[in-house]
Amino acid sequence: MYAIEFKNVSFRYEEEQPYVLRNVSFQVEAGEWLAIIGHNGSGKSTIAKLMNGLLFPTEGEIIINGIPLNEENIWEIRRQVGMVFQNPDNQFVGTTVRDDVAFGLENRGVPRAEMMDRITSSLEQVRMQDYLLHEPYRLSGGQKQRVAIAGVLAISPSVIILDEATAMLDPLGRKEILDTVHHVQAAQQLGLITITHDLNEVMQAHRVLVMNDGEIWTTTVPRELVKRQTELQQIGLDVPFVTQLAHALERQGITLDEQPIDHEELLDALWTLHSNK
Amino acid sequence: MDITFKQVDYTYQANSPFEHKALKNLSFHLPGGSFTAIVGHTGSGKSTLLQHLNGLVRPTSGSVQIGEHTLEPKKKPKQAKELRKQVGIVFQYPEHQLFEETVEKDIAFGPRNFGVAEKEIAKRVKESAAAVGLDLSLLSRSPFELSGGQMRRVAIAGVLAVRPRVLVLDEPTAGLDPRGQQEIMDMFYRLHKEQQLTTILVTHSMEDALTYADHMLVLDKGEKYMEGTPVKVFQDRQALQQVQLDVPEIFQFLQKTSERFGKQVAYEGENVDRLAEQLADLAGDKHE
Repeated sequence: MYAIEFKNVSFRYEEEQPYVLRNVSFQVEAGEWLAIIGHNGSGKSTIAKLMNGLLFPTEGEIIINGIPLNEENIWEIRRQVGMVFQNPDNQFVGTTVRDDVAFGLENRGVPRAEMMDRITSSLEQVRMQDYLLHEPYRLSGGQKQRVAIAGVLAISPSVIILDEATAMLDPLGRKEILDTVHHVQAAQQLGLITITHDLNEVMQAHRVLVMNDGEIWTTTVPRELVKRQTELQQIGLDVPFVTQLAHALERQGITLDEQPIDHEELLDALWTLHSNK
Repeated sequence: MDITFKQVDYTYQANSPFEHKALKNLSFHLPGGSFTAIVGHTGSGKSTLLQHLNGLVRPTSGSVQIGEHTLEPKKKPKQAKELRKQVGIVFQYPEHQLFEETVEKDIAFGPRNFGVAEKEIAKRVKESAAAVGLDLSLLSRSPFELSGGQMRRVAIAGVLAVRPRVLVLDEPTAGLDPRGQQEIMDMFYRLHKEQQLTTILVTHSMEDALTYADHMLVLDKGEKYMEGTPVKVFQDRQALQQVQLDVPEIFQFLQKTSERFGKQVAYEGENVDRLAEQLADLAGDKHE
């Protein structure tokens, strides 16, 4: 059973209008981290909205933990699929961090004692337990997004979707969120879907799905994906610095055995070359 | 247009329990035609500095000189409107500020507001649309039917149509895909050169600061923390890390390379190809 399965999903807002998604099929396993990338308007965010019933497929089927998503069961599905959006300021309702995390639980009628436990443990997971009574709007962008993640964790979903959740943050805030998410995902074996333009974020995922003009362009692992630099650039994307550098080295006649995915791997390869001289 | 800050302090809600000094004794000089990157951690004072540039706020003490215009405490600037004509600000997510029925009307809004003659407006709308790479066939469309990247271009065209001499860009590439980011930055750089603008870029991207700026200002807690050319500022990674910033990835990689090979590999104003040559030399060196 997959955490999420898309079967031949197509979507358009209205008849007459062009399809924004065409025949999209993919699966996310429990405990897997899938990154979704693509140019603006490629259909990434439409996929996110379909996954928790903000939109419904025009054709095809979406199956969450074995249950086909429909209008009757969206509330149950939304308990299983948590979403964190781009703008940290648009997702706060509570006047304190604690109230804000409580909001989703109250909505679902969780008993008070259990609610307190869940608030504490979810804030601990994002390392925001010391901010229980702080006002959300006074926090930094990274802290706000961590609280938003805690709010999602509190309802114990099986899948979390981050829809460009780091786009508005400074580099430090970005790192905070990625470290947090990485930690939580591994500790709880959650399914994680990150929709992003940040290439270094993509490199950390287990698999990556590339969207182009409403269709799946490819699904692969990051290390394989970055080999296709020229093609990626043609569809409005790019490759990380370390890949660009590896390709530039090839032009210098230095071929590496394996495509490096971070600085350390590239330096190791160069050091090996150097030592074998 | 030259921009000079002289010992500028700015205090929010002075004499109240919420008093907060957003800028402290800030002095710097940006010559006309320069391209300056302003960086700093969230809360470092970047936004407050920016609001001084077109007189949205006045310094609590000290003075700000923008071309002929002077901003001083307690003195309403004489020609605030004239100043705002000359300083165009592209705020974050400027497409959120679009509101007109057509792209044409949205771009025309600024100049119309400043009393530019209709004939001249029509000319400027076309020019600005072309400058940002918008097809003229889009002018009669509703801005809300366009893609995010196109909407941002409409908003930028609206700022350009006022024909500013100073262009202030607050995180102009946020939310765009990699190609969109590069296209928008290349476009600003071209406009900067062609129209000899004085450009100020507020950014989180050290890469953009390195690629486009000739001058850099690092703020921390409302004070000037570092100033100089980007290459000079990026020599001191430790200092930047102390204020929760970092150097561009290429500098990080050079540092790691130097450590690994026990040999200083310096930044040589390079692109990845130049760096690859340096690395090829290094790896090809006889092991001693």
